[in-house]
Amino acid sequence: MELALNQPAPLLKRLSWFDWLFAAIVAAGALFALSQYADYIDIYEKAILLAVIPSLAVAGWFWKPFRPLFLVVGAISLFAISQYSGNLARMEEAFLLRFLISSQAAIMWMCALFGFATLTYWAGLLARSDFTLKTGSALTWSAVTMGWIGLMVRWYESYLIGADVGHIPVSNLYEVFVLFSLITAMMYLYYEARCQTRQLGAFVLLVISAAVGFILWYTFDRGAHEIQPLVPALKSWWMKIHVPANFVGYGGFSIAAMLGVAYLLASRGILASRLPKPEVIDDMMYKSIAIGFGFFTIATILGAMWAAEAWGGYWSWDPKETWALIVWLNYAAWLHIRLVKGLRGPLLAWWAVVGLFVTTFAFIGVNMFLSGLHSYGTL
Amino acid sequence: MNTATHSFGRSLFELLSSMRFAISLLSILAIASIVGTVLKQSEPYANYIIQLGPFWFEVFEKLGLYDVYHAAWFLVILTFLVVSTSVCITRNAPNFVREMKSFREHVSEQSLNAFKHRHEAVTAHAPEALAASAQAYLEGQGYKVKNLPREDGVLLAAKAGSWNRLGYFLAHSAIVIICIGGLMDGNLIFKAQQVLGYKKIETRDIPQSQVPAISRLTPSNPSFRGSVQIPEGSSADVAFLNVADGYLVQELPFTVALKQFRIEHYTTGQPKSFESDVELFDHAGNKVREATIAVNHPLIHDGVAIYQASFADGGTRLTLRGWNLFAPTASAFPLEGTVYQNATLTSEAGEHTIEFIDFRPFNIENMGGDIVETESTMSVLGGSPVSDNRHLRNVGPSFQYKLRDARGQAREFSNYMLPLELDGRWYMMSGVRDSPNEAFRYLRMPLDAAGEIDSFMRLRGALLNAELRPEIATRFARQALPKEAWGTEIEDKLKFSASQMLALFAEGGFQSLGRFIEDNIPEAEREKAVGTYLRILELAAFEALQLANQQAGLPAPLSDDASGWLVRDTLNSISDMFVYGAPVYLQLMSYDEVKASGLQLTRSPGQNVVYLGSLLLTLGVFFMLYVRERRVWLRIKPGHALLAMSSAKQTIDFEKEFTQHAQALDTLTQSASAPAKNPEA
Repeated sequence: MELALNQPAPLLKRLSWFDWLFAAIVAAGALFALSQYADYIDIYEKAILLAVIPSLAVAGWFWKPFRPLFLVVGAISLFAISQYSGNLARMEEAFLLRFLISSQAAIMWMCALFGFATLTYWAGLLARSDFTLKTGSALTWSAVTMGWIGLMVRWYESYLIGADVGHIPVSNLYEVFVLFSLITAMMYLYYEARCQTRQLGAFVLLVISAAVGFILWYTFDRGAHEIQPLVPALKSWWMKIHVPANFVGYGGFSIAAMLGVAYLLASRGILASRLPKPEVIDDMMYKSIAIGFGFFTIATILGAMWAAEAWGGYWSWDPKETWALIVWLNYAAWLHIRLVKGLRGPLLAWWAVVGLFVTTFAFIGVNMFLSGLHSYGTL
Repeated sequence: MNTATHSFGRSLFELLSSMRFAISLLSILAIASIVGTVLKQSEPYANYIIQLGPFWFEVFEKLGLYDVYHAAWFLVILTFLVVSTSVCITRNAPNFVREMKSFREHVSEQSLNAFKHRHEAVTAHAPEALAASAQAYLEGQGYKVKNLPREDGVLLAAKAGSWNRLGYFLAHSAIVIICIGGLMDGNLIFKAQQVLGYKKIETRDIPQSQVPAISRLTPSNPSFRGSVQIPEGSSADVAFLNVADGYLVQELPFTVALKQFRIEHYTTGQPKSFESDVELFDHAGNKVREATIAVNHPLIHDGVAIYQASFADGGTRLTLRGWNLFAPTASAFPLEGTVYQNATLTSEAGEHTIEFIDFRPFNIENMGGDIVETESTMSVLGGSPVSDNRHLRNVGPSFQYKLRDARGQAREFSNYMLPLELDGRWYMMSGVRDSPNEAFRYLRMPLDAAGEIDSFMRLRGALLNAELRPEIATRFARQALPKEAWGTEIEDKLKFSASQMLALFAEGGFQSLGRFIEDNIPEAEREKAVGTYLRILELAAFEALQLANQQAGLPAPLSDDASGWLVRDTLNSISDMFVYGAPVYLQLMSYDEVKASGLQLTRSPGQNVVYLGSLLLTLGVFFMLYVRERRVWLRIKPGHALLAMSSAKQTIDFEKEFTQHAQALDTLTQSASAPAKNPEA
C-alpha cells in the first residue's frame, strides 16, 4: 500500500552500487588521462576533461543503459588500442583490428548494423512483431557500440599518424556524419525506452540510414575517411564542445522530422493501426524539438564565442552563422506556436518535416553551395 | 480624439505583443537573412557590376543588398523584433509575477468542481490529519504547499514549476539584451555622422597618411572591426574598415610592430600554424607589450583585440634572369624586382612595365591522386584511414607578375622557380592568363642533361636565327642523303624544303606550318605531308642544336632519346611562345623573402552584453522547456476529499502525473495511518 504513493527518493539514495562503480570508473579514467596528458593539453581542455566526469556519471545515473554502453565501448576501445602496440601497420595485420575494431572496420560495421536495424524495424512494424522490433533495438544498440568504438579508435589512430596530426574525430564532414548517426540513434533509443514504443524506430532509422549512405558514398567515392591534420582555425578546445552540442541539436530536429512523417501517415490512416497513437508521436516530436532546440541554442552560442576568439567577432553574418540563426528562428517559431497557441496536429508535423530540409541545408547545403569562413567540409 | 488616439495606441500595443506578429517577425527575419547568404556580402563593387550588370547593380545597391545585415530595412526588422519582445514582456510581466507568487488560494469549490482534471475520494481521516499527510506527499513531489484552514476543513493549494515563468522572462529579455549588445558593436555612430555629413567614406587608392580627417576615426571610437597588413620589420598605427565601396581609416590607441610572421607546416605540407610576433608601442614610442598572436589565440590590449587573420607577401626581393624569347642568341640579362613594385623592360617589342604582385614560397599541388584500388579487405572497408597524401607535393616557390605594354594592356604570369616533372621529363614552367578568372596556361621549357634551360635557349636562338638557316639546311640535307647525292638537284630540293620549314616555323611555330600546308597541299595529301614536314623540321632542329653547341664551344649533343625529346619539346615550346604574350621569360634565381601578417583589430564593447544575454537565453530556454508549471488543490472536508489539477500545457506527462496524484490520494484516504514518510527510504 505504501509503495503505491510512488514518492521519489532523493537521487543519491536511488543510486545502486553499479551507479557508483560506473561513476568511479568514469572518474578514474578521466583522472588517469589528466595525469597522463596534462603536459599536452591546455587549461580549458583540462576543465573540459574534468567536466566530463560529472556529465557522464549523471548521464549514466539518469539513463541506465548508458552505463553498459560506456563500459563496453571503453573496454573494447582500450583493447583495440592495445592491439596496435603503437604501430599503425598493425591495422592491416592483426586479425581483430583488420576485420572488426580498427576505426574504419568498426565504422563500416556500424553502417551495416544501422542498415540491418532499419530493415528489422520495418519488418517488425509491418508484421506487428514485438520480438522483431526488439531485435531492431538490439541492432541499433550494437551499431551505436561499434560506431563509438570506431570514433575512439580513430582518435587514437590519428595520434599514431603523427603527434601533431592527432585530434578529436569531430573535425570534418565524414567524422561528424558518424557522430550525427550515433547521437541521433542514442537520442531515439532514450525516447524509445521512455515512451515505450518501438514502432517509430522504422522512421527514425531512415534518417540515420540516409546519413550512413552519405558516409559510404563519401568514403568510397571521395576517400573522405582519410585522417587529415587540422587546419589552424580548428585547433581549439572550443571544437570539443561546439561540435557535439550542435549534433544533439541536429539529431533532435531529425528525429522530430521523421516522427512528423509518422504522424502525418498515422493521421491519414496509413499504418495507423501499427503505429502508436498520434498524441504519443506528437509528444515525442515535441520532446525531440525541445531537446534539439536547447542544445542548438547552446551550440550556436558556443560557436559565437569561438568565432570571437578565432575570427575576431562573435557574429560576422557568415553563411553558416546566418543559417544557424535561420534554423533557430524556425524552431523558435515552432515552439511558440505549440506552447503559446497550444496548436497540435498536422501543421506542426508538416513544419517539423520542412524543418529538416532547412536544417540539412544549414548542415551540408551551406558547405556545398555557399562560401564563407566556415568551409571545413567541402564535398 | 483622445479616445481615438487611445484606442489606436491600444491596438498598436495589442498588435506588437500578439503572437501572430511575433511569429511573422521570426519568419521575416529568417527569410531576410537568407538574402545575405545567397549574395556574397561586402565584395568590391566592381565584382557586383560584372555579376549583375549595371541596371541590377544599382537596384541591388539601393536595396542595400551588398551589406544586407547593416541595411536600414534589416535594422528596422530587428528593431521591430526588439520592440515586439519588449512589449510582450511588459504586457505579461505583472500577470506572470503574480502567477509565480500566487497559490491561487481563493479558488472556489465550485470552480474546482469544474476542472477537467479532478478526482474525488471518501475518507475516514480527520481533515487536518489527511491534509498533513497529503502536504508531505506533495512536498515530496516537489510542490510548494500552502495549508489554508477553511470553515469545514482544509484547502491545500500547491504549485510547482514556477521557474517556467522565470524562463519566459530570461529568454525574452535575453533577446532584447543580445540585440542591444549587437547594436553597441554596430556602426550606428558612424552612420549617423555620415548622414549628418561629418564623415565620408574614402574610395581613392591613396597612401594612408594622405587620407583626410573626414575619413578618419579617432582612437576613442567605441567600437570597430578593421584590418591591417604589416610587413615584417614594419609597424602600423591604423586599421582599415571596409565600408560599402570604400574604406575608413581607424586610428589605433597604439602602434603594432611585426617582428616576424611564421607558417609552420605538417609533414604533408598543409599549414599547421600561423603566428605573428608583435610588439606594441604607445604613441610616445615606449614598448608596452610583446606577444605572439596565433589563430585562435588573439592578443587583447587596451580593449582592442588583435587577431591573426591572414598573411601575404610583404615585399620579397627577387633576383631574376631575363631571357629574350625572340632573340637569335641565348643571352640572358640580370634583373632585380620587389613584390608590390614595378620594373621597366625595354626590348624590341617596345617598353613594358613589370608589376610584381606576389611571391609564394610554397606551392602544394595536387599531382593527380586517384584513390588506388587494391584487392584487400581494406578496400572493402573503403581503404585505410591513413592518408598517404602521395598526390600532394610541394613544388617550390613561385612568383607572380603582370606585364603591361605601352598601351596599358596587361597579362598575368606565374613562374615557378624549380622545374616540375611531367610525363617523366623535367620542365621550367611559366603560366600566363589574360584575366584573373581564367586558369593559367603553361609554357613548358625543357631542361637539358645539366638540368638547365640553356640548351633550350640555345636551340631556340638557332632556330629563330635566319642567318644560320642555310648552314642548318645544308647540314640537314647532307645528313639525310648518301654521299653520291650530295651536290645534286635532290640536295637542293631538300635544302630548300628545310629552309622553308625553318623559316615558316620561326615565323609562327606549328600554326604557320599548318597554314602553309592548308594553302599549298591538296587535302588528300595533307596527312602524309604533315608527317614529312615534321620529320624534316625535327631533323633540321637537331642539326641546329649541333650547330648551336659548336658555336658555343660545347660538345656535340648525343643522338639519344634525351636529345630527341629536347628537340621535340623545344619545338613545342617555341610554338607556344607565339601565344605566350611576352617577349621575355623571367627566371627566378634567388629571393629574399619578406612576409606580411594580416591582423584584424576589433573593439567590441557589446561583447559581454551579448554573452550575458546568451547565458540568460540558455537558462530561459531550458526553464521554459523543461520546467512544467503545475498546480494542485486539495479540498478536504470531513469524510471527503477533492483533488484538482491544472497546467498551462496539457501534455502526456501531465496526464501521467495527474493519474499518479489521484492514486496517491486514494492511498492516503484509505490508509489506516497517514504515511508521511517515503516508504523506500
